[in-house]
Amino acid sequence: MTNAVAADRPRVAVRIRLAWTLLSFGTLALAACLLAPLVGSTPIHLTTVFDRSVPYADNIDAQIFWVARLPRVLAAAMVGSSLALAGVVFQALLRNPLASPDTLGVSAGASLGAMVAITFALDFSLLGVTAVPLASFVGSFGALAIVYGLSAARRRGTSTIVLLLGGVTVQALLSAIIAFVQYLADFTQTFRNVRWLMGSLDVASYPPLVAAFIPMSLAWAGFATLPRVLDLISVGHESAAARGVDVERSERVALVSASLATGAAVALAGPVSFVGLIVPHLVRLMVGADHRLVLPASALFGAAFLIGCDLIARTIIAPLELPVGIITAIIGGPVFLWLLFRKS
Amino acid sequence: MLRAVDVSFSYKRGRRTLRHVLHDVSFDVDRGTIVGVLGPNGSGKTTLVRIIAGMLRPDSGRVLLDGDSVADLPRRELARRVALVPQETQTTFDFSVIDIVLMGRYPHLGPFELERPADLEIARNALRATGTETLESRSFATLSGGEKQRVIIAAALAQASDILLLDEPTTALDIGYQFEIAALLKRLNADHGTTMVVSTHDLNLAAALCERVVLIKSGHVIAHGPTAETLTAHNIRLLYDVDADVQFHERAGHLTVVPLGRT
Repeated sequence: MTNAVAADRPRVAVRIRLAWTLLSFGTLALAACLLAPLVGSTPIHLTTVFDRSVPYADNIDAQIFWVARLPRVLAAAMVGSSLALAGVVFQALLRNPLASPDTLGVSAGASLGAMVAITFALDFSLLGVTAVPLASFVGSFGALAIVYGLSAARRRGTSTIVLLLGGVTVQALLSAIIAFVQYLADFTQTFRNVRWLMGSLDVASYPPLVAAFIPMSLAWAGFATLPRVLDLISVGHESAAARGVDVERSERVALVSASLATGAAVALAGPVSFVGLIVPHLVRLMVGADHRLVLPASALFGAAFLIGCDLIARTIIAPLELPVGIITAIIGGPVFLWLLFRKS
Repeated sequence: MLRAVDVSFSYKRGRRTLRHVLHDVSFDVDRGTIVGVLGPNGSGKTTLVRIIAGMLRPDSGRVLLDGDSVADLPRRELARRVALVPQETQTTFDFSVIDIVLMGRYPHLGPFELERPADLEIARNALRATGTETLESRSFATLSGGEKQRVIIAAALAQASDILLLDEPTTALDIGYQFEIAALLKRLNADHGTTMVVSTHDLNLAAALCERVVLIKSGHVIAHGPTAETLTAHNIRLLYDVDADVQFHERAGHLTVVPLGRT
């Protein structure tokens, strides 16, 4: 029996599997980026978009592609990969398959920041970024402190159940504060708050993308140092340390990077739920547990996944455009339940 | 090759000392021997293992590895010289057995370096040495306790260190697997001359396996020396407050300890 399995699955060297992973998931993400902007209320054609013989000022297809649709698709790609990567890192670090930016309250922290900024009509900006995204970014780092405490507790041997309950409690607490802040808001502010909380990729220009790209690229640089370390830590802090991993330093890099990525993603699109939870699991089903494959594959698949969800959100009840968070939650909820019950 | 010299350690929070765990612990481990660190739960065995593995720094005293202080060695270099087998290993994700064993190669690879065929060969040799080669493609999570522990020992062997540290390697296992692991460790020591430090509270495991034992109670070494001379009824009473009968057992071929009752 075991021999049959061994014969069925001959071990392919990790460098070959990595090359295949990058090629296949990269193609998927690139195709999503190029094809998704073609779909919408006005049909456009890729050949016309890239037709050099028509001047840009007269090329309606190109204008729709570059101005109206591509920023939104790129925003989906950036948010999707950031949330997916953050999810992978939280799950490995806390050694818990149910950990994600949502379940640990990091998204809730970011949401609270945004609610405060909207409700109290905070009006300031930094490097061209306005108060709401800035405040949500700060909020995500407030939640980071709590997550860091939880993961330190995990290292001391706190049980998974305590940890999960801790995360749920943090989230419930932040939700209560969010409700309180919302209660103070007036009618229009409440409408903005509710809309913001649904998570939406309604981005129609490039400057917000550039602003989000700065923290995200820092986070990605941090993630790039982590793959093998996450493999070792997910098997045990003690054995990782005994194999030469600086566990505490790696944890700091991982948590700061994951919070930067989550904060920037939520600042750009609001709390798009479940992406950080389900994308890592779907990717693990496809490429296995090795984080040297899981991390790049999650970044690429997360991008394609959110582009796809947003495509559904834009078209399912066209001409109305749904917030993408509704679609991800409708897909993500059942998947989460499945994970929960499969686990037990 | 391994020397602990007056190692003292206490757990602290900030500047406040919570608990003194080890007091001037000294002992030697010669190359190619199996040394048991014996003591009741909470005696400081695991702390001592962590200090030898470089995970904790002693407050005073030193652990020397061929003359180099463990606390001063870079992590990765230390990991190439000392490998640790933890008490129990549970994986969060679905790693295969060979994945787990290849992780032992970590200290030998650069930060972005992927394993080469030579590393895979080393990992497969480690599987063979532990009798787990047929499990190579199995999911680690689906293995029995004894199989898991053998695979973890294989991962430690793949680390190609001079010393194997085993922290309570049989505590989580039932009696059949306990014998299996003890036999494996003895065979590795006989075939490859692997030096081992085994922490345990199991007196019979120590009697079967170890040439020398270090007895630790409340962080103090109360006796150490060759197993036959050190594992005496008197010392067992000191160590555990338990009255025991210690005899050489013909069929077992080593000392056996029969605990009789609390003193």
